[in-house]
Amino acid sequence: MKKLFNILVVSFALVFSSSAFANTIGVVYDSGGKFDKSFNELSYKTAQRVVDELGWSMIEFESSNDAQIEQGMRKVADRGATMIVAMGFAMADAIGAVAADYPDIKFVATDICWLDDVNNNMYQSCYKEHEGSFLVGMLAAMKSESGTIGFVGGMDIPLIRKFQGGYEQGAQYVNPDIEVIANMTGTTGEAWNNPTKGAELTKAQIDGGADVVYHAAGATGIGVLQAAADAGILGIGVDDNQNYLHPGSVLTSMVKRLDLTIFEQAQAVENGTFESGIYILGLAEDMVGFTVDEHNSSLVSSDMISSVEAAKAGIVDGSIAVADWSQE
Amino acid sequence: MSSVVVDKAKVPWWVSNVIVPLVNLTLALIVSGLFVFIAGENPIEAVKLILYGSFGYIQGFAYTLYYTTNFIFTGLAFAVAFHCRLFNIGGEGQAYIGGLGVFLVAANLSFLPVPIVWLLAIFGAFLFGAAWAFIPAYLQATRGSHVVITTIMFNFIASSLMIFLLVDVIRDTNQMAPHTIKLPKELWLPSFESFSGILGLKIRYSPLNLTFLLAIASLFFVWFLVWKTRWGYEMRAVGHNAQAAIYAGISPYKNIIIAMCISGGLAGLLSINEILGVSHKIQAGFPAGYGFTGIAVALMGRNHPVGILPAAFLFGILYQGGSEVTFEMPNITRYMFVAVQGLIILFSGALENLFRPQIESFFVTRLNKDVKI
Repeated sequence: MKKLFNILVVSFALVFSSSAFANTIGVVYDSGGKFDKSFNELSYKTAQRVVDELGWSMIEFESSNDAQIEQGMRKVADRGATMIVAMGFAMADAIGAVAADYPDIKFVATDICWLDDVNNNMYQSCYKEHEGSFLVGMLAAMKSESGTIGFVGGMDIPLIRKFQGGYEQGAQYVNPDIEVIANMTGTTGEAWNNPTKGAELTKAQIDGGADVVYHAAGATGIGVLQAAADAGILGIGVDDNQNYLHPGSVLTSMVKRLDLTIFEQAQAVENGTFESGIYILGLAEDMVGFTVDEHNSSLVSSDMISSVEAAKAGIVDGSIAVADWSQE
Repeated sequence: MSSVVVDKAKVPWWVSNVIVPLVNLTLALIVSGLFVFIAGENPIEAVKLILYGSFGYIQGFAYTLYYTTNFIFTGLAFAVAFHCRLFNIGGEGQAYIGGLGVFLVAANLSFLPVPIVWLLAIFGAFLFGAAWAFIPAYLQATRGSHVVITTIMFNFIASSLMIFLLVDVIRDTNQMAPHTIKLPKELWLPSFESFSGILGLKIRYSPLNLTFLLAIASLFFVWFLVWKTRWGYEMRAVGHNAQAAIYAGISPYKNIIIAMCISGGLAGLLSINEILGVSHKIQAGFPAGYGFTGIAVALMGRNHPVGILPAAFLFGILYQGGSEVTFEMPNITRYMFVAVQGLIILFSGALENLFRPQIESFFVTRLNKDVKI
């Protein structure tokens, strides 16, 4: 009888606990830092939206070295996260190990799409940054009067080559004679977090004749856009919509819609429709692209938009092939 | 302050080597507490969290010892060169290149019996780290190019070289991140989890591994080398007064090179912990600042293995406890702990002599009174 009573109490507690606690979103940021105005901050803003609109609570971890990532992710898991968002490819090992140990938690991996998923609880997403970069490369070439444009990357790694490759191909698609000056910020982790160096590289590119500069360098890009605005030329933002940073001086932003990914997966978890798998998201899914809003509408003419839209349709139907430089 | 004159010979060893560092450390922590207070959190709670994070549960303690392992290697690396009055601030780059040595041995010689591969990997780490330190050492010895400048430059050359290799030459091409393939599982150094079962503990994951024992052994190795061998004597002689050393028939040229190579080799051993112990592959940027923090560890530990062990442990506590605090207190960002480390370096390094004369004279007069009575 006592045993039966115990079972009753336990099962009651289980039912009660699952209904009393709302969902929790856990976010693990990479070493670029939570407030990089770009990649990580976009995930933070989206998690905030999940909190506001779906009534979830939020747990965060900002790692300062790679050894901490797994520890931090496990802590987030132990504190009762129902869905964990991992930002950036440095998380690959950690998410692989933690997802295997916590089958009940759903994981959303950003820029990771090659892991074995033993528990079918991982939404692995990679983006076709080269396709989106192709479009902003076209805009840069159309806007450039000097025939020279610039690119500032964080580090010379495959992911950044993808951005650079798409940008150069898009610019050449508009103007085969265009000159692209490309620089990488550094070879250490600090390369993603060095606005001063970003500004210096941009100034050097401006001296070399560039009048539109695109960055793919995390928080370093803040300096790139600042230097471009100071010099009266145009910058192009990345990942998040950065047009608002310097209205009238940011031509457009190559957005990576990880905000949509995160929010949609949170909704899916809420509704019980979460599906694990590997997702490669590009223009066809509208998950990369360029932005036009009140801050840059005076810079982008309707002719420019219509020719970029035409190219976008070409990329989606396959008539324009954009090479992925990370594969070379 | 110069009015306080203390007869150095009368100062007991424990005053200058224990009390003074502890006072400096306490001051650094009080100022850090002030920062925490300004950031809107309770400093006492923060200290509690640091202690809980680094000692409160077995996994946290394992992390503390894992960080300690890294700091012992880089702290010793700096200390050895410092006894020859060389500021080797290239530990970061030497550790990075040391990783290449570990990986090349482990990836190419995996057909050998496992313990032999480990020994060869340790040798490889030491050799590659030493080789990376040899070039600045040679330039210092023959050309007088200051090692402070050359070693810090070599950190950048090391990271550029490694990024090139990790992206274009030895990258695991099944994925995009700049790192190599994983080493075969049998070559992984036994981790703390595998021992914890015997002790009746259950932890799911910890980065602590057998390298910790290698770090302890390195402490003895450095102590023996610097204080108990003829070479160590020669090196210290060069460090104290190169002219006198030459007069005594000791070659500064030879000793500068040997000191730097041993220093670089010790820094290289960090990669044993990171590659054979934890990540089992070379990841871009794996030395993650341990080389630089090692300078602070050595300065705090007064460049002696007996001091370096607790100093490394202290920084281990700060690293591990710090991540606990940033997790629990959102107002305290990870940058705050960089500031705390900076304060410790400021008080125990740069402002080391702020209170030393007062403290020493206090104890000297007290103790001498005792003698008279």
